[in-house]
Amino acid sequence: MALISFLAAAVQAGMPLLFATVGEIITEKSGNLNLGVEGLMLLGAVAGFQVGLITSNPFLAIIGALLAGAAGAFIFAFLTVTLRANQVVTGLSLTILGTGVASFTGQSLMGQVVPEGISKFFAAVNIPLLGSIPFIGPMLFQQSIFVYMGYLVAIAAGVYFYKTRLGLNLRVVGENPAAADASGINVTLYKYVHIIVGGALCALGGAYLSLVYIPSWQENVTSGRGWIAVALVIFSMWNPYKAMLSAIFFGGLDIVGFRIQKFDIAISQYMIDMLPYIATIVVLIAVSAKKSKENMAPQSLGEPYFREDR
Amino acid sequence: MNSNSLIRVEGLTKQFGTVIANYNVSLDIKAGEIHSLLGENGAGKSTLMSMLSGIYSPDSGSIYVGEKLVTFKNPKDAIDLGIGMIYQHFKLVEVMSAKENIIAGQKGGLFVDSKGLTKEIGEISQRFNLEIDPDKKVYEMSVAEKQRLEILKVLYRGAKILILDEPTAVLTPQETTKLFDIIRNMKREGCAVIIITHKLNEVMEISDRITVLRKGEVVGTVDKVDTNPQKLTDLMVGRAVELSIERPEVKTLKRTLVVKNLNALDMQGAKVMKDMSFELYGGEILGVAGVAGSGQKELCESIAGVYPVESGQIIYEEENIVGKSPRDIIKMGISMSFVPEDRLGMGLVASMDIVDNLLLKEYHRQKGFFVKRKPVADKARDIVRRLDISTPGIHHPVRQLSGGNIQKVLLGREIDLNPHLIITAYPARGLDIGASYTVYDLLNEQKKKGVAVLFIGEDLDVLMELCDRIMVVCGGKITGIVDAKTCTKEELGLLMAGESIETKGVDADA
Amino acid sequence: MLRIIKKPEPSKQQLVAIKITAVVLAFVASTVFILSLGHNPFSVYFSMLEGCFGSLYRFNETVVKTIPLAITSLGILVAFKMKFWNIGGEGQILMGAFLASFFALKFPDMPIGLLIPLMIAAGMVGGGIWALIPAFFKARLGTNETLFTLMMNYIALQWVTYLQYGPWKDPNALGFPKIPNFSSNAVLPSVFGIHAGWIICLLLIAGVYVFMKYSKKGFEISVIGESETTALYAGMNVKKITLIAIFMSGALCGLAGMIQASAVSNTLSIEVAGGVGYTAIIVAWLSGLSAPIILLVSFLFATLVQGGAYIQTAFQIPQSAAQILQGMILIFVLGSEFFSKYKIDIKKEKSNNNEDSARIA
Repeated sequence: MALISFLAAAVQAGMPLLFATVGEIITEKSGNLNLGVEGLMLLGAVAGFQVGLITSNPFLAIIGALLAGAAGAFIFAFLTVTLRANQVVTGLSLTILGTGVASFTGQSLMGQVVPEGISKFFAAVNIPLLGSIPFIGPMLFQQSIFVYMGYLVAIAAGVYFYKTRLGLNLRVVGENPAAADASGINVTLYKYVHIIVGGALCALGGAYLSLVYIPSWQENVTSGRGWIAVALVIFSMWNPYKAMLSAIFFGGLDIVGFRIQKFDIAISQYMIDMLPYIATIVVLIAVSAKKSKENMAPQSLGEPYFREDR
Repeated sequence: MNSNSLIRVEGLTKQFGTVIANYNVSLDIKAGEIHSLLGENGAGKSTLMSMLSGIYSPDSGSIYVGEKLVTFKNPKDAIDLGIGMIYQHFKLVEVMSAKENIIAGQKGGLFVDSKGLTKEIGEISQRFNLEIDPDKKVYEMSVAEKQRLEILKVLYRGAKILILDEPTAVLTPQETTKLFDIIRNMKREGCAVIIITHKLNEVMEISDRITVLRKGEVVGTVDKVDTNPQKLTDLMVGRAVELSIERPEVKTLKRTLVVKNLNALDMQGAKVMKDMSFELYGGEILGVAGVAGSGQKELCESIAGVYPVESGQIIYEEENIVGKSPRDIIKMGISMSFVPEDRLGMGLVASMDIVDNLLLKEYHRQKGFFVKRKPVADKARDIVRRLDISTPGIHHPVRQLSGGNIQKVLLGREIDLNPHLIITAYPARGLDIGASYTVYDLLNEQKKKGVAVLFIGEDLDVLMELCDRIMVVCGGKITGIVDAKTCTKEELGLLMAGESIETKGVDADA
Repeated sequence: MLRIIKKPEPSKQQLVAIKITAVVLAFVASTVFILSLGHNPFSVYFSMLEGCFGSLYRFNETVVKTIPLAITSLGILVAFKMKFWNIGGEGQILMGAFLASFFALKFPDMPIGLLIPLMIAAGMVGGGIWALIPAFFKARLGTNETLFTLMMNYIALQWVTYLQYGPWKDPNALGFPKIPNFSSNAVLPSVFGIHAGWIICLLLIAGVYVFMKYSKKGFEISVIGESETTALYAGMNVKKITLIAIFMSGALCGLAGMIQASAVSNTLSIEVAGGVGYTAIIVAWLSGLSAPIILLVSFLFATLVQGGAYIQTAFQIPQSAAQILQGMILIFVLGSEFFSKYKIDIKKEKSNNNEDSARIA
């Protein structure tokens, strides 16, 4: 049915958003706001594609993307955690740098094709049993391994935050770094680790675009998805489970444009393209109007922590 | 060598830039001992404790725990050695539960064992008589509950040496008694308890031994039985100090402010002021006592027009000012200065100089599009001279000034506006004795001029000596207004805890 | 053992010295980068300078690139002084250009003395309103302005794209999607060989400087940025001032958009902002939110862009290399701010416990 194929496509369209959103949630839970997501996604896209092209090995391609994201995120972590630079401006600078580096290194990749070894590996795979569930099966469980990785990442993040000790410590760091410090938690280490892991995941979202979704490398292959991810973090109220739903929803919004064309409705493509951004704004307003304590941003988000300041 | 010694320091010294915070401090605390650390603000108590808890590293000297030489590189090291610090400003995560706060930073399995944790917490609770609900979220807790949670946190980590920093600052007298019981339980269990405080009578009640710090050095360590408040004060300030504050008598009182049935809600919709009614007269100082968070701040702010009033009236010089803009209220002669814990940020802008800070209240009176700084600079020089404010210059950012001088700038500015009603909250907060007396003198001066003064304070002794009447608030309600000359601390304590009595009015001369 | 100690207030000279050191280091880093590409860095740099100053034409081009950047940065300055993180400069430029273009296209025959001022006003209103929307929600509900203004950028971009490909598409352009050119009445005249935007730019630099330092509103904006509660206690109507200030911020960006549309492209297109809205944020920040320094830094950035375009053809080094250079300068300067506030103290370890980790909080 056309609806199911639409939903399945929505899941695919939502995947880059999911990786980036979960990645940024991890970063923000440590109290740091990294606006460089777009740059990190581009780095991951170009690195994943480059490594994939050279090696034809999907695992190496993924590792390449992760490392690229980790490197970019490390720069951000060093500047904001150790050198206490302003997080907003640093994130923007990272986007500029990341975009530049990605464009630059990606020049030779324009017009290239994903090697067969990789495209085969990431082709859709049916999960027995789950894939046969009516409706949900084809939507969720007849997808690429990359997509399944996305589900795992989101669920793992959720379990990590809410059920493990380390995850609890992380949440303390983000809410009240002074309390974390007094409890003997190494605030600096937690911030570094989670910023880097978060950044690596953002990069993975970019790699998904260049290796599976499009698939190819182009300038601006992410076309603003990194920014939507930053908004989705708020939309999902910093909850990775909710992020899964939000990502699919926004993925759907992204592709609904084409579908509507089919129905001959006289709305311009470009007006429809506005929808995800308008939806995000609506959510931003709604969340700020509500003010429930539980679903708010980690309290120390955006502020650097210094122990000498008592 | 004392085999009973739990923690000992020798020759501890710590310097920040040119300021010597601690010099050659030596202490020995035994198991089962309650030891008070007494001293004025700036005497070096907090710095010393920060070195014991691993936040600061001493420049020289040694620390021994259980007679073993140790160094702390971070708070974790101190925690591992059994030192538990309970701060004045709680280090808790508001949106998490008690359980989650307790387990933060602890080693253990990958997953959190919720049930086991509840059991362990229960055991400790019972042993020390610390009532706590493990699943309650911190933002739903009262201040005393939060403090118990902090204590439980350190006990859970196996602390044998507990350090409490000004623990009674946020408690009513009745809650303080409860806390002291808990402390005695700890003593019974063989722990050592160090209490940092400046409250003499509490020191006399709970301590076994007392160490007095002055200007970073130990001036004496005495047994409680060998001393009394007067001797301790002498040690603290180095000279015999009169504990009395002047209270001039003003004959003619003019009714300046009448507050009738004032109600207000906070951001979550809970009632933060419940039907408050009182009168305030020019020529008197009306003190406001109450545990922090009882509605004093909101009361001040609503009179200043900054906090929205749900219902009720505020009648100032015959006019109801509810609904007026803050600017208009300032113009009518009401001045409000609120000194928050960090002193800056409610009355003054830290990074601006004295001139610009004075400009805050002046600029709207100047005509035209541009601000005129020159006349204000003249005024600044005048105020600096009159109040003897120590500053590198009127063009330096005020954050470079010491606490006392910052508060002088703030009060000086307000008084310069010649208000008819002064609301001042915690004006002597964090000031040493000399500076505090300057503040009280300034307020008395205003009182003698016929100004109505509303004084929110945290030190009951000061309130009882300085004010004419004292109004007590608890949970948004006025529980009583008493004559400051005749009331007792017990009365005030009861009122602060919520017991209501009749309110005292004023005999104003016609 | 390394320790971090807060420094006392640094002098102005120290601050400048630190920033300059950072830029120098950035150049060193990019020199290495260029070497790795197999080019002679000095001939590349020299070429970049040639590309900016080598001829009168090229110099004019550099100035033309400076103008929108400087004006937009001024707009960002006003917002940032209030700690309102206006990331929406790009969209505000577009909407200012849009509204100005509306009048240009609707009244092509209006005399230039009337049309240009009308377009200027329209540009400011367009940008101002676009900034006002997020500001309104921030004032009312405390909505996060960073993301709101950002999303507005994309909506603005889609709107202009829609116009360019749809209702405003030029039927005479042989199917190529573009909006018709303005009549000459809608084009800013040239003064000394560069379009009059440079006069507007200089006037605004001076104007914003005076405004922030000496006017009541400027004072209020600074206070609110430092401490909102202090502003409230001083009787300021924070909400009202916020709306006015952010409208001004957007208006300045919108004006930059009008200037670009009128004088540079002579039409409205999706490229009219060209990333200036984002670069301006960096410029404003690097300039320490000071109007005169914005002029200097904008000029420097313009040289980077102009030089970058030049070396693309001369050395086959792609445009993105200039972007990388820009990014590196930013990173280095951001990192250098640390050294203006703190200094690192190397202490002798006195006890036996050795550690290799630096105790940097």
